[in-house]
Amino acid sequence: MSKTKWNIILRVSRQKDGEQPHFDEFNLEVDPDEYVLDAVERVWAFMDRTVCFRHACHHSTCGACGMLVNGVEKLTCITYIRDVTQNGAKLTVQPLRNFPVISDLAVDMGSLYSRLEIVGARSVLPVPEAEVEKPASSWPKEDQQYIRLADCIECGLCISACPSAATSGEYLGPAVLAGLQANALKYKSLPFNLADSQDGVWRCHSAFECTEVCPSFVDPARRIMNLRSQIIRERLSGLFRKA
Amino acid sequence: MESQHNQPSPGKFWNWFNPVGRKTGGWAFILNRITALGLTFYLFLHLIVLGQLAKGPEGYDSFIALMKNPIAVFGELLVVAAGIIHGLNGIRIALTTFGVSISTQKQLFYALMAIALIAILFFGIRMFTA
Repeated sequence: MSKTKWNIILRVSRQKDGEQPHFDEFNLEVDPDEYVLDAVERVWAFMDRTVCFRHACHHSTCGACGMLVNGVEKLTCITYIRDVTQNGAKLTVQPLRNFPVISDLAVDMGSLYSRLEIVGARSVLPVPEAEVEKPASSWPKEDQQYIRLADCIECGLCISACPSAATSGEYLGPAVLAGLQANALKYKSLPFNLADSQDGVWRCHSAFECTEVCPSFVDPARRIMNLRSQIIRERLSGLFRKA
Repeated sequence: MESQHNQPSPGKFWNWFNPVGRKTGGWAFILNRITALGLTFYLFLHLIVLGQLAKGPEGYDSFIALMKNPIAVFGELLVVAAGIIHGLNGIRIALTTFGVSISTQKQLFYALMAIALIAILFFGIRMFTA
């Protein structure tokens, strides 16, 4: 924390019970080394208790506090105020795109969670099956018993940033396809009908925005491209099998 | 109660063109959409032009004379530019689909757009000096 203080205007998107979205502005004195989530919490704590938002862990593990910060998807608990605004300027927070708004900044991410379940994405993986920098097969045998958290924290930033997801509610989306790929590679049980469909990998138009905003380095775009390669390989080998 | 405002829908196609916060891949996507729409529009225009043939040689000749106007030539250059940009961007998408240059897709895009710029300049000079 620094001793410097900034005065900023926090613009919070407000929307209750089917209202049209609008902004409320709050004048705040902040430390620029605080996080955006701290500013939102201060508004809730001292200025307006009706501001609704999601948060939990405050250290980028739970994935709950994803929002649009000045129009860009950010995990607000790890986004420094100094990185997104300046002294005397405005800072705008809005709910994630492509998810229905429950209230103000809180969105319903049920569609993401249920789709992750459908594709069998797992939040923890046995080490030998996890993608790690050093191949797990080279690890000492005693270390291979451990499991690790999969990288995706299910924050939904990738779906919010994806331009294809804006126009198709049926599109599985980057996080789900990444989960599907992680599962498929390890278990060889790729549900091709889900991935190889117009709402699967072929809906992606290679904007790579998912990878840009992902706070956990899951690299969903690379995984989608890998799924495509697997599908094409499977189709080609299917042709030869028929022959 | 959930709001319907924030949900995906085909009517939100304008989001494709929203440049706020977009990175290189996002700009490539926007460029691809704009050029695709431009080329589709041109296809219809082209069919209308071909319809001039039905009006006989005089109608067609007068239309061709009109197309030698610098503004029309510039329009044709835009079509050429859209074709080049869209085609080269398509190569980027095909390569990354096959796992080529995924980690360097930004550099790939810049390189392809540099080629596009050179090609557009070449055609521009040829078209305006012909």
